[in-house]
Amino acid sequence: MKEFAPIPLGEWVSDGIDRLTLEYATAFDSISFVIYELIDSLQSALHAIPAPWFIVLISLLAVLAAGWRRPGGWGLGLFTLVGLGLVWNLRLWDELITTLSLVLASEVLVLLVGIPLGIASAKSAMVERILRPVLDVMQTMPAFVYLVPAVIFFGLGLVPGVISTTIFALPPLIRLTSLGIRQVPRELVEAALSFGATWWQLLTKVQVPVALPAIMAGVNQSIMLGLSMVVIAAMIGAGGLGNVVLEGITQLDVGKGFVGGLAVVILAIVLDRITQSTGKIYQQKGKPR
Amino acid sequence: MSATAPTPTDSVHQARTPKIRLEKVSKIFGRHADRALELLAQGLDKKTVQERTGVVVGVYDVSLEIAEGEIFVIMGLSGCGKSTLLRLINRLHEPTTGKVFIGEEDITAMGAHALRRLRRSAFGMVFQSFALLPHRNVLSNVEFGLELHGVPRPTRRERAQQAIETVGLSGYEHKYPDELSGGMQQRVGLARALAVDPQILLMDEAFSALDPLIRGQLQDDLIEIQERVGTTVVFVSHDLDEAIKIGTRIAILRDGRLVQVGTPQEILAAPADDYVSAFVRGADRTKVLTAADVMLPLHTFAHLRDSPRALLRKMQHSGFSGLIVLDNQRHPLGYVELRQVIEMRDQARLERSALRPLPCAAPEEPLSELIRRSNVEGSPMVVCDAKGRVIGVIDKTTLLAALAQQGETDESAAATSEQTAEQPACAEPTPNESAQKPPSGESRVSMEREDKS
Repeated sequence: MKEFAPIPLGEWVSDGIDRLTLEYATAFDSISFVIYELIDSLQSALHAIPAPWFIVLISLLAVLAAGWRRPGGWGLGLFTLVGLGLVWNLRLWDELITTLSLVLASEVLVLLVGIPLGIASAKSAMVERILRPVLDVMQTMPAFVYLVPAVIFFGLGLVPGVISTTIFALPPLIRLTSLGIRQVPRELVEAALSFGATWWQLLTKVQVPVALPAIMAGVNQSIMLGLSMVVIAAMIGAGGLGNVVLEGITQLDVGKGFVGGLAVVILAIVLDRITQSTGKIYQQKGKPR
Repeated sequence: MSATAPTPTDSVHQARTPKIRLEKVSKIFGRHADRALELLAQGLDKKTVQERTGVVVGVYDVSLEIAEGEIFVIMGLSGCGKSTLLRLINRLHEPTTGKVFIGEEDITAMGAHALRRLRRSAFGMVFQSFALLPHRNVLSNVEFGLELHGVPRPTRRERAQQAIETVGLSGYEHKYPDELSGGMQQRVGLARALAVDPQILLMDEAFSALDPLIRGQLQDDLIEIQERVGTTVVFVSHDLDEAIKIGTRIAILRDGRLVQVGTPQEILAAPADDYVSAFVRGADRTKVLTAADVMLPLHTFAHLRDSPRALLRKMQHSGFSGLIVLDNQRHPLGYVELRQVIEMRDQARLERSALRPLPCAAPEEPLSELIRRSNVEGSPMVVCDAKGRVIGVIDKTTLLAALAQQGETDESAAATSEQTAEQPACAEPTPNESAQKPPSGESRVSMEREDKS
């Protein structure tokens, strides 16, 4: 019996990508340029602030975000102060800033793409049907796989790092935005419509504000995912803390790997708590504080 | 209290121009609406149609006219299409067939822009779940409708403030919905609807989620506000007592079809079919029936100058244990019992101090009120006209009979005539024209006239 030849799926994909790179080279170049400008300005702005100032500033921000009247707020502030102080002490401050600006830049892109897509998929069953399998693929595909096309399209360095991070961090925001808007009580929507709300008024005055806790949870999730991806993106030269970890692995330097990993964890905890408490405070608005 | 049952003057409403007119409106949820409509036209019911075609019938072939200034209640069991019907009125649901007119305008033919304008100018809506925006305080929630309309901030502040005062929530402007009780939240919902100064107020089971006490208060407030503002109200409810209390007219829906429309009195007195009468059976008649409906003519009574012996004789004749004492102008003076008459039998006349005070009820007073007052003393109650003259009498037996009454009007008529035959002493005509007279054969109240000369 004659064996079936393997379907050349891999070849098709690489052919397709080759053609894309050739035909849309200018498009990719301009995207690359815009994103590069974004990261670069973010990075230089963050680098411009002296480390001690920056640490104090972020600690105060944490206190404010978690609520300065609650003891937990001051605890978070203290943790931020000590944690970031440790990173500075370990001489990883520049790497931390690079990683932070990568995460923030990709989060900007995630917000720009994710919230409109989330709203669209909440409002249209068709969009939702199309998006769902795409999101499934995006979330289950091993993170490394994004690196290859990113490199092919955008070369090595910061830009493909941001792009692959964005793609990886996008799904939870879309899903949670869509879910949040779908879960706005039907009677609330009807109330707005019965008073003659336009589509835009309904969205901005009712649906998005009421769904905001869910959207904020999505933002938090995507920042966390972005941070984990930024480390992987060090493999394509994105730099930052991921690079420290990568060097630790390649040089079998356990200490270096640990220190880099610890810095990532500290940054993750700080970002997570700050974004989470922002969402929570919004949720609790109106309750006696 | 403004919550008395509305007077049965329905013709007034029908004579006015209809504010809302529904013409053969149907709403089918799902595909294959045509097939479902065909089956419904053949007379199949909602459940069968759903089994055969898979569609859900909201309402079918409903034609209605609602006059300006009415409180029109749509009633039915849950799932019978009440809320769907309400949402067809402002086209939150698109009718499958039929037309809906608001004033002269056909709302079903409107484009999105015109529809939005009409919704802004004509409608306010109140919801069962209150539907307040959790992130806005009371003032800002009440402003919401005006904000959508693009009213500038100072004006809308002012109007919102007025609406908040109307519903009695002053002082709570800066509270958030989750800091308020359910009743207060619904007042906010009502204020939000009133703030846009709507011609038509749509209320979807607005008070169903509230406990009975608060519900009663809000019903009273709604009636009072409606009388003051004159808004047309369409109110969806599954509570018959609520419908009777607030409704000028009631429409009863069953499985999406309109079964009966009429005033509360009409529906209680003449249910259109078994469904309606089963529905109505649980109703609290005491809120609909009035003193004039159940009182008996005043045949026998006493005067102050009567000798106790003569009264004793009359009590013996009639078998009653007490007499109502009137003055010359038929004003009630009091009530005297057999025991006291016996004690005074050697005196020339009754002593005023021996009389028990006699409560006087107005003819339009509802039965529920009479029941509340009657249980204090054993004495009967008299019904007096505006000048305080007695026009009829109600005793405990009459009240009980009225409560037990289930349309046995024939018996009651027989009983009344029987009593009249027994005591021919006084045959004064009484203004009792009620068709709903309860059985009253065993009334123990006796009145006897004696000339006071």
